[in-house]
Amino acid sequence: MASEIIINVCMGTGGIAAGGDLVMGAFIKELDAAGIGNAVVKEKCRLHKVGCRGFCARDVLVDITVDSHVSTYQYIQPDMVQRLVREHIVGARPVQEWLVGEDYHIFHDNQTKRILADLGRIDPESIDEYLAVDGYKAAEKALTTMKPEEVVRTVKDSGLRGRGGGGFPTGLKWSFCAAVNADQRYIICNADEGDPGAFMDRSVVEGNPHAVIEGMIIGAFAIGASVGYVYIRAEYPLAVDRLRLALRHAEARGFLGENLFGTDFNLKIKVKLGAGAFVCGEETALIASIEGERGMPRAKPPFPANKGLWDKPTIINNVETFANIPQIINKGPEWYASVGSEKSKGTKVIALTGKIRNTGLIEIPMGMPLKDIIYKIGGGIEGDRLFKAVQTGGPSGGCIPQQHIDLPVDYEGLASVGSMMGSGGMVVLDETDCMVNISKFFLEFTQAESCGKCVPCRIGTKRLLEILTRITEGKGREGDIELLQMLAEDVRDSSLCGLGMSAPNPIISTIRYFRHEYEAHIKHKKCPAKVCNKLLTFFIRADMCVGCGMCARACSVNAISGEKKQPHRIDNSLCIQCGSCFDACKFSAVLKE
Amino acid sequence: MTNSVAEIADNEALFVIGSNTTENHPIIALRMKEAVKKGAKLIVADPRRIPLVKFATLWLRQRPGTDSVLLNAITNAILIEGLEDKEFIAARTEGYADFVQSLESFTPEYGEEITGVPAQDIRQAARIYGSAKNAGIYYAMGITQHVMGTYNVHAVGNLALVTGNVGKRAAGVNPLRGQNNVQGACDMGGLPNVYPGYQKVDDLGVKEKFEKAWGKTLSGRIGLGATEMTGAMLSGQLKGMYIFGENPALSDPNTTHSLKAFANLEFLVVQDIFMTETAQLADVVLPGVSFAEKEGTFTSSERRVQRVRKAVNPPGLAKADLFIIDQIAKRIDGLGDLNATPLPEEIFAEVAALWSSIAGISYGRLEKESLRWPCPTKDHQGTEYLFKESFTRPGGKALFTPVPFVSSKELPDKEYPFVLTTGRELFHYHTGTMTRRSAGLNAVAPEAFVEVNPMDAEAMGLADGQKLTVSSRRGSISLKARVSGIVPPHVVFIPFHYREAAANLLTSDAMDPVCKIMEAKVCAVKLEIT
Amino acid sequence: MINLTINDKAVEVVEGTTVLEAAQQLKIDIPTLCHDPRLKPFGACRLCIVEIGGMAKPVTSCTTPAASGMVVKTNSQKLYRLRRTTVELLLSDHPNDCMTCIGTGDCRLQELAYFYGIRKNRFEGAMRDHNRVDANPFITREQNKCVMCGLCVRVCEEVQGVGAIGYAERGFEAKVIPPFGQDLNCEFCGQCVSVCPTGALSARLWSGKPRMEGVKFTDTTCGYCGCGCNLTLRSHGNQVIRVDSAADNHNRGWLCVKGRFGFDFIGSADRLKTPLIRKEKGGKFESATWDEALDYVAKRMNEIKGKHGPDALAGLCSARCTNEENYLFQKLFRAVIGTNNIDHCARY
Repeated sequence: MASEIIINVCMGTGGIAAGGDLVMGAFIKELDAAGIGNAVVKEKCRLHKVGCRGFCARDVLVDITVDSHVSTYQYIQPDMVQRLVREHIVGARPVQEWLVGEDYHIFHDNQTKRILADLGRIDPESIDEYLAVDGYKAAEKALTTMKPEEVVRTVKDSGLRGRGGGGFPTGLKWSFCAAVNADQRYIICNADEGDPGAFMDRSVVEGNPHAVIEGMIIGAFAIGASVGYVYIRAEYPLAVDRLRLALRHAEARGFLGENLFGTDFNLKIKVKLGAGAFVCGEETALIASIEGERGMPRAKPPFPANKGLWDKPTIINNVETFANIPQIINKGPEWYASVGSEKSKGTKVIALTGKIRNTGLIEIPMGMPLKDIIYKIGGGIEGDRLFKAVQTGGPSGGCIPQQHIDLPVDYEGLASVGSMMGSGGMVVLDETDCMVNISKFFLEFTQAESCGKCVPCRIGTKRLLEILTRITEGKGREGDIELLQMLAEDVRDSSLCGLGMSAPNPIISTIRYFRHEYEAHIKHKKCPAKVCNKLLTFFIRADMCVGCGMCARACSVNAISGEKKQPHRIDNSLCIQCGSCFDACKFSAVLKE
Repeated sequence: MTNSVAEIADNEALFVIGSNTTENHPIIALRMKEAVKKGAKLIVADPRRIPLVKFATLWLRQRPGTDSVLLNAITNAILIEGLEDKEFIAARTEGYADFVQSLESFTPEYGEEITGVPAQDIRQAARIYGSAKNAGIYYAMGITQHVMGTYNVHAVGNLALVTGNVGKRAAGVNPLRGQNNVQGACDMGGLPNVYPGYQKVDDLGVKEKFEKAWGKTLSGRIGLGATEMTGAMLSGQLKGMYIFGENPALSDPNTTHSLKAFANLEFLVVQDIFMTETAQLADVVLPGVSFAEKEGTFTSSERRVQRVRKAVNPPGLAKADLFIIDQIAKRIDGLGDLNATPLPEEIFAEVAALWSSIAGISYGRLEKESLRWPCPTKDHQGTEYLFKESFTRPGGKALFTPVPFVSSKELPDKEYPFVLTTGRELFHYHTGTMTRRSAGLNAVAPEAFVEVNPMDAEAMGLADGQKLTVSSRRGSISLKARVSGIVPPHVVFIPFHYREAAANLLTSDAMDPVCKIMEAKVCAVKLEIT
Repeated sequence: MINLTINDKAVEVVEGTTVLEAAQQLKIDIPTLCHDPRLKPFGACRLCIVEIGGMAKPVTSCTTPAASGMVVKTNSQKLYRLRRTTVELLLSDHPNDCMTCIGTGDCRLQELAYFYGIRKNRFEGAMRDHNRVDANPFITREQNKCVMCGLCVRVCEEVQGVGAIGYAERGFEAKVIPPFGQDLNCEFCGQCVSVCPTGALSARLWSGKPRMEGVKFTDTTCGYCGCGCNLTLRSHGNQVIRVDSAADNHNRGWLCVKGRFGFDFIGSADRLKTPLIRKEKGGKFESATWDEALDYVAKRMNEIKGKHGPDALAGLCSARCTNEENYLFQKLFRAVIGTNNIDHCARY
């Protein structure tokens, strides 16, 4: 038998949702049954829960490493475990048909993994495993061999920019904060990831919480903060648990608390749970929330670096930003800046979703062309449909059409076409997506998440949404596009915080690149993508209809009639275009035009 | 107040004792809250958990009637900790050595024994108050309405003097005046021993000055104080009274007793805007006017003289009070032109000529500004705080007055086991003559109540809202119980606004021997469920 | 000191001054809706936006600290357009019932609508429906007229220290309410009413009374406790209909429930309207003329004085009446009757 066997089971939120913990349980049972359970030959066979490695679409992913030879299995379910144990572990014969294919390797090989490098390799609940990959070495180095201003300079030199959305140079921000005269400073990690479809920060906290903590320790030392907060969504229970565990472990090892690494530097980090308000990702609203107030943004300036939490100088960086710090300290700013584009250094973690084959969490070097992300890492559009656009930056961002497919993905590149990096969400849209409807979707989100404090955001986004809604319902009026543009600009230019300032972006950018779709809705009362039901006519193809009656049962206005086992018909004078029949039909007999 | 209201916000420490400021002086309380927001430390000393406690750094819950001991013990602790202001004491005070000696027995531990406040809290209060750069003391009737009220006030003064907190900004000794023009009524000589401007009636020179000014021979004998008048009415010494804008039949202690006294009068005139409990006893009732129907001035707690202006005409035949008083004076005297109406402006000028502290104030100036006296000259901007340079005693130094322990006159016993303390609530004012005629106020505070501690309530099987009869040796009233931790065990509280359950039927007419104030804050009562 | 330029005019201000305050120092008018100098800046209404050299977007002048060398513009086509849109948005969610609104003539939104000449609204759409039955005995809340300026919430928290109201809901449906809709902690001081820029908050007592037309304003001093708050009485005909207090006086415009809402006693039907004389002990009061009453008082007091001496008479003057009245009253006793038996209830 092999001298060392390591089994890694993906146990991020995605992995668990796919059954990761059941798979884990099955392994324990089967290994015991095979007589090689943990308890028996611990040093030989290690069963590991690891964080997300990004390819969530293939979960549950399991690595079986036998004497340094790694085999990765995909779509593993508990009932498959017995065979894996018997054949691969006991019998030393990998189960070929369950192994990942070439696309898995293409997905990974085109990435540059720094932040995500240890995700999927180490057990996030074990501080020893983090220490084994040089964990807390950077903190020790910074605190014991560097001056705070040297740390700030190193971060400045690396070119690291805030990964939360704005892209403000991190070292510069730190230097502002450090320059303010104050008896108390705070450092805050923003883990209140709220963009729909974004899970970068969650995965990092779940998969490598110590890296974030170490980044915070270094940051706190650099600016002179003795108290830190991690503001994290309560809806991320696994991340919260792993973070809390990691903090306890770090405290127990003396990496947090008093006299860190034998110096006179003290740091306490507290966890503050957010209640799921999107606006609390905005730094001043986040501060208000920690202070116990309603999460309402405050006007800037003064910026938090000058006057933040409890009016003290405060640094807020997001999870990914902090996770970059230890590597910058360990390997130096030159190493860090060796990857990336001219003004955007390092890598960026991106949540790749939408109409794409390989959805998941990826990490790319800054400046990677958009088409490489979509076609290499992402494997192209699902169902080989036509690519239409990529929405980046979540509800605050914009869309990038086909003509910019060669665009380098970095802060400047995205801004140049009217979008933004945001926290790194990337939604791929294809020919079946209606751009007016996409705008409406994001406006629905931002309007509902507006805190209601400032007028342009509270009422302006509502009015934008109303105009979009009427356009998608075929009630668009002449001049609505101009009205949308004008109001969108005013909301953008006069709102209090980033939420309101960026909420109109999806509208502005879709009108910019897809004006014809708006015009089709307004002038011709047509939805080219066939998404806006109110603009469609539904009918049933008699040659495809088997007369099952599902459509008639789904219809809430009794517009569908027909004998059993006979083709059905839709009475368009009664139809309200809700689309239920289309969804209900299993034979693709319901068509919309 | 030695200092002004706006300065409160700049206090580094505040000591509020015997004042339910948020309910009785709501706007002054805003400044206290502002100070706390700005980082000031607030000490509240009150047997009741008054709303201000929520903002306090330290709450001292002394037993009712033990304020002077608490104050002495805090002062003692300040000396133990060496927090006294030696320079100030040496330069600006007298009688310190005797005072220190008198304090000897008032250790924090003794303080705890008498007041029930833990010795360590007494020490902490001493540290907070004593180590602040500037600290103000704020008090009201909770300090004064006791048989030892004068001693209490001395104890307050001593504490401020020991720490040098008098004669400087954002500090001082600050009695908060319960009514809009208590300050003015005193300033104007509405007291038996002084003419306007606190000039003593038994000082020959002063008497001559006023005789000259008024063209009349004056009495040099100190008159009867309000609380003494009751006795004089009963004994037959007083035959006639003229009561103007007061309602002693409800506000006087031991009401039964004072009603008897009023009945004994030969002649009683009452001038008011409503048929008050007192007016009902009168022989003549004269309809005066409300503040909205007249011209004049009020002087607030902070010595601020301000204009009152007429907005509407009085109802019916009601006449300006100034007119009525003037007419009575002329008709008694048989002199003067009955057709002439006195002008407030001229009367103010007459007082200003007799009292140097307001000599610089005139209606002309008050049109544009309000002024805090002393304001001795026309170009003087008024005075923010008193005693900056010297005190008003001969020699200009402040005097320490030793304060012995005096206990309340009537303490609880087997028969009357509860201490009754009285006061006001936010929604009503004094005897309720005005506020109980305000629909909204009466809606939120429609009826009398007695606050009873939950422990006591449980012991006697009393439920919240149940009717109780509260009796003292002098009378008894019936009202609803409000079971509440606001009062400590064995203490009950009743607001005195309600005629149908008049708290003053219960209170004792024991009074302070010096200033003749009644002991409204402590008497013994029993409770019975009805 | 900090030197900056606003609309090409140089101004010197102390450290900590906001751009708005600096502009006010130059008498430059900037529209505001959520600003009150007595409260912390909030930056919600977005009307006080200005352009500052070097800043990418307009910023609110109420929240931006003045800095040396700043070049500020308070007026431009762009700013005008943004402010106008903001007002238009507010109006698109505001009942257009100024004719019957209690706030008319006293409403900042109304003034802004007039200033920007907004007659037709480009943004007509859904409107909030937040009005509800409100049991507050003093305060009427018309939630649909709320512009979410936050002044009421801030005054209740920052000044009154109570925090009786707060925000609820998000987005378009965001609103200000007491917790659970119940006025649990309200002290009814009406500070919120006094700062409300629209007709959203008013006093029950004001309802149905004249608004501006024919209303007289009289500055005076409160007749309740010793705080000495300045009041402005609004009266119409012979009736006091409203009590206000100006923000620039020593009580900074703040009042308590009694001072602000306890004025209806003035017009009470119970007021004494005629002199009354009771000729015999135990008899009934009878109305009298002033001459009868005054002569009768003089006669009886003179009789007592003649028979028993001046010290058989005593007077109680009043801590609730004016200085002049108290002075004259004590003078009556001292100079005319000849006794010092004069006191008042300072001790009660």
